[in-house]
Amino acid sequence: MSSDQGGGNILETRDITLRFGGVQALSNVFFEVKPGELFSIIGPNGAGKTSMLNCISGRYSPNEGQILFQGREITNMSPNDRADLGIGRTFQNLALFGHMSVLDNILVGRHHLIKNNFLTGSLYWLGGAQREELEHRRAVEDIIDFLEISHIRKATAGTLAYGLRKRVELARAVALRPKLILLDEPMAGMNLEEKEDMARYIVDLNEEWGMTVIMIEHDMGVVMDISHRVMVLDFGKKIAEGLPDEIMANPEVKTAYLGDDEDEDDGAEGGTGAESEQVA
Amino acid sequence: MAGHDSMRCGEFRTTYRADTTIFPTPWSRNFAILGVAVAATCPLFLEPYYLNLMIQIAYLGIAALGLNILVGFTGQISLGHSAFFGFGAFASAWLNNVWGIPVFFAIPLAGLWTTAVGMIVGIPAGRIKGLYLAIATLASQFILQDFFARAEWFTGGASGALAEPFSIFGYTFDTDKSFFYVALTYLIVAYVAGANLIRSRDGRAFVAVRDHYLSAEIMGVNLTKYRILSFGVSSFYAGVGGALFGHYLGFVSVEGFDILLSIQFLGMIIIGGLGSVMGALMGTAFMVLLPEVMEGLVSLMGSTDWGSAKWFVDGVPYMKEAAIGLAIVLFLIFEPDGLAHRWRLIKAYWKLYPFSY
Repeated sequence: MSSDQGGGNILETRDITLRFGGVQALSNVFFEVKPGELFSIIGPNGAGKTSMLNCISGRYSPNEGQILFQGREITNMSPNDRADLGIGRTFQNLALFGHMSVLDNILVGRHHLIKNNFLTGSLYWLGGAQREELEHRRAVEDIIDFLEISHIRKATAGTLAYGLRKRVELARAVALRPKLILLDEPMAGMNLEEKEDMARYIVDLNEEWGMTVIMIEHDMGVVMDISHRVMVLDFGKKIAEGLPDEIMANPEVKTAYLGDDEDEDDGAEGGTGAESEQVA
Repeated sequence: MAGHDSMRCGEFRTTYRADTTIFPTPWSRNFAILGVAVAATCPLFLEPYYLNLMIQIAYLGIAALGLNILVGFTGQISLGHSAFFGFGAFASAWLNNVWGIPVFFAIPLAGLWTTAVGMIVGIPAGRIKGLYLAIATLASQFILQDFFARAEWFTGGASGALAEPFSIFGYTFDTDKSFFYVALTYLIVAYVAGANLIRSRDGRAFVAVRDHYLSAEIMGVNLTKYRILSFGVSSFYAGVGGALFGHYLGFVSVEGFDILLSIQFLGMIIIGGLGSVMGALMGTAFMVLLPEVMEGLVSLMGSTDWGSAKWFVDGVPYMKEAAIGLAIVLFLIFEPDGLAHRWRLIKAYWKLYPFSY
């Protein structure tokens, strides 16, 4: 929760425009996220939510506009340097290291915090690499404990059930010890119980671990319950931003989700559930 | 499914240190130590011919481990590994002959020099993958081979280079018996270092790059750096293996470091198990011993009607060649994870015997 930067915003995007050939994926998107906030991005399919996240994490670089992280411009920084700065993320479609154990997956998340290299690593006992590895193992065990995956820590990541893989992915992102964590549909394809667990983890990460969260999610119930602020994208444009209650009442948002038919304007909450595309 | 990654009953670890050992159980560690001890007694009773085979397994095994780090762990491909092996052999001989650097120091220096060459060759790997990278490394194979043939100052050209035997503190290891211990020591150091690398930060980064390079990058792994570094580490092992080879034979010829040897290195790690440290050694042993086993079979056949028939005797050399190819094909079909995986399954079977479910 501590804002150590003068600007007060942990993340600022200024007029982000992203084009793929003739397709305008994002046009002039601007928003600010304050430290300690739980910020959600919602919108219909193809609205540009994941593209926005990819711009922040460095997978894409926007054609126009600037991204500032803690007051520092990161628009064209490589993804691995952004990890050093403290931006972690999870993916919409699972992106675990399938042949590694859960433990090793999470330890990869600590890559930028571990100092031993191929030389000291090969010597292991001589250069202090062992001591360091064990220290980080301890830190990883805290995360494993927190996310309740201790029973699968030795399992090969690729063999796990879907809900567990999602949790391991979250653990790996948390292991980076990020200041800002980007979650791309953390609850897609989960049953109610798993969603409740995941919502609790996210709130805990935000409140107890002090991480700023930017989340894309289609489950409106969860979004409206746990977010501090919500931004709505539609066809690459920002159409609304505000408190969850404001967003729920916003007529433009309803139109974006449900179309122009004025008869159905009481369905903002229930109707959106059907929108969630479950990428299994 | 509980199979090979489940622990033996009663195997409890109470510290993280005990949970990060190279060998999963004390028994497997003791077994490995016993294996080394038995190997160390080999010169006492084995004939020089068989010692020669074991030394071959050692220096080829070191190079194969390097290739496995590149291919099996980092998920890249190299069709030019034998050129690095050859470069190490020439470099060590050259450092010793021209600069008078003792062989003991020339071997690691040759390894470092090969690392530099390997990293240059690996630069395209920062950009290209798969088949394209295979062709790029194939080009480096031919460039280096051509370099060996032309650079007389370095390799002695067509007449080759002489290499002094390994010596330390005035003692010269110029017999099969004595050199066996040198090769064994290098082998152990190389494999322990390799196993350590894999269980520490950069080894994990290699595997992360292999399994999902996009998310590896998001996790802070610099892809270009690690792809090139992997070539470097791989070449170091190849260079050291090659240097041992040179000082063992006493003579390094420009022939022999051809594409066929590169393919054989790939065969070793495929048969042994991609992405397994011990697999590289198992695969090397398999590839070195397979022709010997074939030879044994042929001589057994020789006493039968069939074996003395002309078509059989004429066909034997071809069959020996074909056997290697056949072995690789059979492994790809029936045991794509290699000997190392088979070994784990066997261990799991005994661990759970007689309740194998």
